[in-house]
Amino acid sequence: MKQSHNKNHAALAEDFIKDDDHVNWHDGALWYIREKRDIASKQIPEWEALRETASKIKDNVISNLHEYLLQFEANLKKNGIKVYWAADAGEHNAIVYSILREKGIKEMVKSKSMLTEECNLNEYLEERGIEVINSDLGEYIQQIDNEPPSHIVLPCIHKRKEEIGELFHEHLGTEKGLCDPTLLTRVARKHLRNIFLSRRAALTGVNFAVAETGEYVVCTNEGNADMGAHLSEVQIASMGLEKLIPKKMHLAIFLRLLARSATGQPITIYSSHYKKPREGQEMHLILVDAGRTRQLGRPEFRDSLKCIKCGACMNTCPVYRKSGGLSYHNTISGPIGAILAPNLDMKKHADLPYASTLCGSCSNVCPVKINIHEQLYAWRQVIAKEGYAGNAKALSMKAMAWTLSSPGNFAKAGKAGRWFLSNLPFVVNNKFNPWYKQREMPDGSQDSFSEWYNKNNENGKKK
Amino acid sequence: MSSREKILEAVLQNQPEKKLLPEISILKRDDRDAVPGYMQVMKAIGGSVYLVADLTAVKILINEHFDIAKRVVTSLPELTGDYELLSPTVAPHTYDDIELAVLRGHFGVAENAAVWLTDELMVQRIIPYICQHLAIVITAQSIVPTLHEAYEKIGQAEYGFGAFIGGPSKTADIEQALVLGAHGPLSMTVFILQ
Amino acid sequence: MTVGLFIPCYVNQFYPRAAIATLQLLQKLRVDIVYPPKQTCCGQPMANAGFENLTAGCNELFIDNFSRFDYIVAPSASCVLHVKDHLHSEKNEEQAGMIRKKIFELVEFLTDILKVDKLDAVFPHKVGIHHSCHGLRGLHLAQMSELNAPPFSKPQYLLSMVKGLEQVTLDRPDECCGFGGSFCIAEEAVSVKMGKDRVTDHSKNGAEYITSSDLSCLMHLEGILHRNKSSVKVVHIAEILNATI
Repeated sequence: MKQSHNKNHAALAEDFIKDDDHVNWHDGALWYIREKRDIASKQIPEWEALRETASKIKDNVISNLHEYLLQFEANLKKNGIKVYWAADAGEHNAIVYSILREKGIKEMVKSKSMLTEECNLNEYLEERGIEVINSDLGEYIQQIDNEPPSHIVLPCIHKRKEEIGELFHEHLGTEKGLCDPTLLTRVARKHLRNIFLSRRAALTGVNFAVAETGEYVVCTNEGNADMGAHLSEVQIASMGLEKLIPKKMHLAIFLRLLARSATGQPITIYSSHYKKPREGQEMHLILVDAGRTRQLGRPEFRDSLKCIKCGACMNTCPVYRKSGGLSYHNTISGPIGAILAPNLDMKKHADLPYASTLCGSCSNVCPVKINIHEQLYAWRQVIAKEGYAGNAKALSMKAMAWTLSSPGNFAKAGKAGRWFLSNLPFVVNNKFNPWYKQREMPDGSQDSFSEWYNKNNENGKKK
Repeated sequence: MSSREKILEAVLQNQPEKKLLPEISILKRDDRDAVPGYMQVMKAIGGSVYLVADLTAVKILINEHFDIAKRVVTSLPELTGDYELLSPTVAPHTYDDIELAVLRGHFGVAENAAVWLTDELMVQRIIPYICQHLAIVITAQSIVPTLHEAYEKIGQAEYGFGAFIGGPSKTADIEQALVLGAHGPLSMTVFILQ
Repeated sequence: MTVGLFIPCYVNQFYPRAAIATLQLLQKLRVDIVYPPKQTCCGQPMANAGFENLTAGCNELFIDNFSRFDYIVAPSASCVLHVKDHLHSEKNEEQAGMIRKKIFELVEFLTDILKVDKLDAVFPHKVGIHHSCHGLRGLHLAQMSELNAPPFSKPQYLLSMVKGLEQVTLDRPDECCGFGGSFCIAEEAVSVKMGKDRVTDHSKNGAEYITSSDLSCLMHLEGILHRNKSSVKVVHIAEILNATI
C-alpha cells in the first residue's frame, strides 16, 4: 500500500493543494453532493425529528450494548449464522483466514467494508496466498492503484478520470486515453462479473444489524455485495460492535436518513436484509471490537460510535474538500475520522483534531447528531494534556497565557513594541511566518482602542 | 478468557447508564397520494414505471421495450407461456445470461420508489441482481407512503433474505458521473397493477 | 442598564475603528456603556489549541472586569461564544455562570435586547455578509443552511435598515473562511485556500465590501485581499451600522 511518508495532515494537504484546478474540482464535486443532500433533506418536513430520533435510538444502543449483543448473537445462531468475536484487527483477520482455509478457498470477493480496510485484511490474506478483490468500483480502482480509499462513500473521489483511464489501461488492457466514465464502468462491469461468478467466498460489511431478529442490512448502489454473496458458498460479514440497532422497525429511520445524507438519494438502490443462509451456503458473522469498547468508555467521545458512515460530514467539511481524504492518513477520513482516529493511536493521529476550523457544519449535517466539532475541541484538550500537541506549541501557548492573564504583563508587553508583534502570528512579516506566506499583516501602526479611549474619554467619563 | 467474554465484559464496564428508546409513531405520514408520488420518484431515480390494467398489458409493454429474443425469466406463473419459469434448484450461476427477469414484488414505497422483495418472490436470491434488466410487478393498493409503514407491513414476516430495490444499479465513483448499470441491472421497470 | 464593553485583544490593537464604532453606536442608542480598562483576552487562543487548562488566569481576570455589569457586549462573535461555552472559575463559578448568560455579541444585542427597528446609518455600497462560524452555528445569528428550519438572519435584518446599502447574494452563504485560530498557522495551505475561495465568492458576486461580526475572519480575508491587491475591502458590521455620510 502506498504510504503517506509520515507527513502530518497539514503537509499532506499542502501537497494536495498545489494543483489548484484539481482542488477546485474536488471541492466543487463534494459541495455538489452536499447540495444534493440539502435538497433531499428539505423534502422531508420531519427531517430534524428523524435526526433527533435516530440519535436517541443510538443513545439507547450505546447504553444497552451488552444486552443487544447477546440478543443479536442468540438470534444469529437461531438463524443458522455462525458467530465470531474479534478483540482486534489481528484476530478478525485470523478468523477470516481460518474460515477460508477450512474450505480450501484461495480467492475471495469483497464489497465495501471500512472495517476490513481498518484491519488491513487484504494485505493479511494476500501474505497467506489468498487473493482478495474489492468489488465496489471505487474501491476496486483504489485497490489497483494500491491506495486506501479517500472517502468512505466515494473511495476514489480524489482521482480524475484520466488517471483512472490510465489505471484501466495498465490493469485491464483498455485503449490508452480511454477515460469516459460510462465506458470505463462497462469494462469494470464485465471484468468483475467474471470475478463474482468464479469466487466461492464473498465478504461484505454491515450497515445495520438488528438485535431483535438477528438479521443484518447491507446497502449498496452497485449491487456488488449481492452479486458476491448470492453466488458464493461461503458468505462472511464483518461488523463493528456499534452497528447494532434494537428493532427492525428502526431500520425505517436509519434508511430514510442514510442515503439522503450520503448522496441525496431517497434510498440506496439495494438495501439487502440478510437473515439466513440459502440452501447449500454457509454464513459467518464476525463481531469486531478493535478499540470500540475503549471509545465506549470515554464519556466525551462515545457518541462517535453512533456514526452510520454516510460521509455527509466529509462532503460539508471545507477542510476535507480542500485537502482530500488521504491527507488524514487514516481509514476513516474527514471530521468523523478525526474524532475516531485518536482513540486508535493518539500519538499518530494527534494532528487530526487540529485539521479543523471547528466551524461546526459537520455536526449540523450528521444524521445521528454527533457533536463532531465539540469532540474535536475536546480531543485537543486530551491531546495537549497527554503531551502530543508538540513542544513548541505548548511553550508558546504558556507564554501567551501568562501574558494575557494579567493586565500588567499585557501593558508591559504592549509598551515593549507591542506584545502582539512578537507573539501573534498574523503580525510578523518574515518568510518564516506561515501567516505572511500568502497573507499581508493587519495594520498595527494606529493607536489602539484603549489608547484612543483614554484620550477621548478622560477618566472614562467623557461621552 | 475468550475474546467474546473480554469484549462483553468491557462493554458492560464501559456502557453508560441506560437511556430509553424514543417514541417513533410521530414520524408516520398519511398515504393519500402514494401512487403518483411513487411514479414521480421512480422516474426521478432513473427507473421506468407504468400504471397498467392487467398482466396482458405488462406482456405487451415487455415485448415492446425489451429484447425478448434473449433469455427472459419470470416467477409469475401467469407469464410462463411466454417466458421461462425460474427454477429454485439449479445453480444461481446458470442465470448469468438472462436479459430480463420479471418478478412480483410485495409492495412499493412512495417516498423512495423502492420495492420490497423476499427470497420467496425472487425464487433465487441472485435473480434481481444478475439480470441485465429487471421488471417488477406490484399492485397499486400495496404502495405505502414511507419506510415506516413499509416496516410495519413487513412486521415479523419470515424470510431468509429480503431487499428493498429502488432503481437500476448505479455508480458515480468515476468523477461523480452517474452511470446506470454498475454490477446489477442496467434498468428497472415497475408495473403497477391498478 | 449598564453595559460593559469587551474589546478583544487583537481588535483593540488592530481594528480600533470597529471598537470605536461599537462604542459610538451603542452610545447613539442611549446605552450606558463602560469600557473596563484592565481587560485582555477571553482565553480562546489557548483553549482552541488544546490548552483550556491554561486559561484560568484569563478567566479570573474576565470575571473581575465584567461581573458588575447588567450586560457585556463585544464586537466579536467568536470571543463571545468562547466565553459563553467555556468561561469557568474555581473561585467564582456563580459569577462565571452569570457572565455566560449576560454576554452578547453586538448584532444579537441590537436585535434581541435593544430590539432595534431603525437606524440612521448610510452606507452606499454593495456588501457581502461573511458569517463567522461561531456567530452562525454557535450564537445562531442566522439560520444554518444545513438545517431544515425556517430562514432568518440578524445581520441581514440590521443591514436592511442601512440607507444605500445593497446586499450581495453569495453562492455559499455560510461557508467557513478558514481562519480557525491556530488553524490559520498550523494548516496554512488549507486556511489560505479556504480564504481565497471565500474572497472569490464575494468578489465575483459584486461585493465592494465584505462585512462580518467577527474581525478574526475579516483579518484573515483582508490579509489575502491585500496580498492579491484586490479592491474589495473588509469592514466590521459595527462600522456600517454606525456609518453616516
